[in-house]
Amino acid sequence: MSELPKARVATASLAGCFGCHMAILDIDERLIELMKLVDVDRSPLTDKKRFTERCDIGIIEGGCCNEENVHVLHDFRRNCDVLIALGQCAIMGGLPAMRNAIMHSDAPLRECLDEAYITGKYIRNTTHNVPNDPALPLLLDEVYPCSQVVEIDYQIPGCAPSGDIIFDTLLKLLTGKFRGFEGDMIRFD
Amino acid sequence: MDNGYTAANGKRGPSCDVSPVPDGEIEDICSTYGNDKHRMLDILREVQDRYRCIAPATMDRIAAATDLTRIEVEGVASFYSFLSLTPKGRVTIRLCDDIVDRYAGVADVVSVFEEVLGVSLGETTADGAFSLEYTPCIGMCDQAPAAMVNDVVLTKLTPESARQAAEALKAGQTPEMIVSNRFDELSPRERVLAMVDNNTRHAGEVLLGPVPEEAGLTNALKMTPAQIFTTIEDSGLRGCGGAGFTTGRKWRFAASERAEKHFVICNADEGEPGTFKDRVLLTERPHLLIEGMTIAARAAGAREGILYLRGEYAYMRAYLEQVLEERRRRNLLGEAILGQKNFSFDIRIQMGAGAYVCGEEGALISSCEGLPGEPKTRPPFPVNRGYLGYPTVVNNVETFCHAARILDRGAAWFNAMGMEGSHGTKLFSVCGDCLNPGIYELPYGHTVRELLAMVGGLEAAAVQIGGPSGVMIGRDSFHRRLTFDDLATGGAIIVFSGERNILEIVDYYMSFFVHESCGYCTPCRVGNVFLQKAIGKFRSGHANPEDIEYLKDLSATIIETSRCGLGMTSPNPILSTLLNFPLVYSATSRPSKDGIRDTFDIQSAIDSARKIAKRRSYIFDKDFTQ
Repeated sequence: MSELPKARVATASLAGCFGCHMAILDIDERLIELMKLVDVDRSPLTDKKRFTERCDIGIIEGGCCNEENVHVLHDFRRNCDVLIALGQCAIMGGLPAMRNAIMHSDAPLRECLDEAYITGKYIRNTTHNVPNDPALPLLLDEVYPCSQVVEIDYQIPGCAPSGDIIFDTLLKLLTGKFRGFEGDMIRFD
Repeated sequence: MDNGYTAANGKRGPSCDVSPVPDGEIEDICSTYGNDKHRMLDILREVQDRYRCIAPATMDRIAAATDLTRIEVEGVASFYSFLSLTPKGRVTIRLCDDIVDRYAGVADVVSVFEEVLGVSLGETTADGAFSLEYTPCIGMCDQAPAAMVNDVVLTKLTPESARQAAEALKAGQTPEMIVSNRFDELSPRERVLAMVDNNTRHAGEVLLGPVPEEAGLTNALKMTPAQIFTTIEDSGLRGCGGAGFTTGRKWRFAASERAEKHFVICNADEGEPGTFKDRVLLTERPHLLIEGMTIAARAAGAREGILYLRGEYAYMRAYLEQVLEERRRRNLLGEAILGQKNFSFDIRIQMGAGAYVCGEEGALISSCEGLPGEPKTRPPFPVNRGYLGYPTVVNNVETFCHAARILDRGAAWFNAMGMEGSHGTKLFSVCGDCLNPGIYELPYGHTVRELLAMVGGLEAAAVQIGGPSGVMIGRDSFHRRLTFDDLATGGAIIVFSGERNILEIVDYYMSFFVHESCGYCTPCRVGNVFLQKAIGKFRSGHANPEDIEYLKDLSATIIETSRCGLGMTSPNPILSTLLNFPLVYSATSRPSKDGIRDTFDIQSAIDSARKIAKRRSYIFDKDFTQ
């Protein structure tokens, strides 16, 4: 196996909870086996903030809730051959997309921020302001699943996906044997 | 039913938001219908007509009178588009929004009404005098653009005639007076003909040619039910509403079901955009229709019948009531028909209230039962357990008319016309880009090209056969035949010239299905919205080639998982154009650059945040300097 050139993998967490990255760690000791096959480029796991070279696989956790998410996702699409949406938020928008339900309002984003920072019943915000530091990326009008912003090649479902399904899928992709998921792999009840 | 117009003159204006309805009035309406919950649609229509809306307090009172819960009443009231929970104008103008009307210039007519009446589309004037709105096809595509003003129909509108009409209404004239200033003196039939031309272009041998009075019924009364079934079966008659079930077998199934009562229902809810054949039969051959229903009742053992008339055809209701009354007088309806002691049958008219899905027989039965017009799960089929759980024969207007003629002239006569598997004649309602839109009664088996030659539409680039739920074909398919086995149709033929945008037509038809889905099955309620959005991507040039696969996949899911004909046919505009006009789709889609979607527009996505934060984007505003 060591004769094969190693694949380069990058990962990013957008509007997610980092649970999917934790799930990557759930691969446990098989990580050693996986690391024989891949080098990790840009990723929170390596703390590299930029691509050092073009990658074979990009793994995205979370959907897009702000402009920086879109920027990162564009960057991944341009620098990765294969892009994988990992987990429900990346695939469908997930929990953050609950704010998309504010649809019968003239200013849904304003309404969302007001409730989150000012009018919400259990809010303790002594400044009574919505945070607006210039360093904060601008929010999008709604939360978008990754596939609405760029083309996504594969989706690994789950919240979070199990370490098993991540390991299994990556291994099969790397060896060119991926033919879709087994039924019991994507059964959640 | 003609109240409320006086209100337009400002003399009387009952209005449910301003003053509460006086005690007893709602209860009176309910008791007119025996406080029967199965007559809910009639009750609500009358309340709507009289008070221009069905207010929450009113619904409580109707619920109390009919022994229902408030939410059951509201379920019905909110389902039908001609019923309104908020006050409508005393004069409500509904412009037909069909694609044919759009191409005929309905938008200009709308702006005239908006200008003269001072009301924008979808709104009601502050004084409650006028409402202006769009409604799907009202069955006047041969004389588009058309509009309903309350129950009065105006056709062939132009900006000039619309201005005259609007000014007359504004001056306090009744809608009837726009049609004719001698409207009151006209007979019900003359009124119908004053409003709408029937445009009968070609009369065939069976329906629109000379028809002897009651010949079929007289013969039927001499026959046993078994003989009637055999005659109808031998004739090869199949249902003319679209599905094409063998009529004789349907009647036989219903009759063989042992039950206390049987019912006969006529489906005159032709809502398929582009269809208006039943309109012509109801006006030109109402006696033949009732005769056919009476024969069906005789054969199936029914004592009661219902004529379900679509809400858009309210203008002919008085005429049809007159026909029924006349037949009762002549002992052709009622007790002991034509002296036969054991045969009694009568018919009531059930008005619809603007719901396309009620043309589906299960939904139609639900609607007759006073429920929201939602289809029923099959089986049981209506012939086994239909209206109120009793065996019910539901047939299209045209089918009943054919049946009456078959009983007159015999099965062999009818069977000899048309082609194998598609016997007899069919009414085709032709509209769109052709010289002679109107009704053509032809034997089955003509090619599309032959029909186009007849209607003066040989220039056509595309023809929609069977309305939106049918198929759209191009020039290379004009040799195909109008039969059940090749191009099956309920009768709607819409002709489009080469100047029309196929995707615009498909987009319109999808918006029609989005509007008319009853919402029960999620794949139909949600899936059609997604399909229309995807078509929007093709129209705006943002589609990717893989969106074609998406359209096919999603269509297959909707067809597979919907329980009634609406969902099973709603993807047809897309599927048939994908098949017959593939270049339209390939020419309007391209792979996205660098895998980044064109459909996602970052500038509009961050615009509201930019305004809230009062700053520009570091990342996406190129001229950012600070």
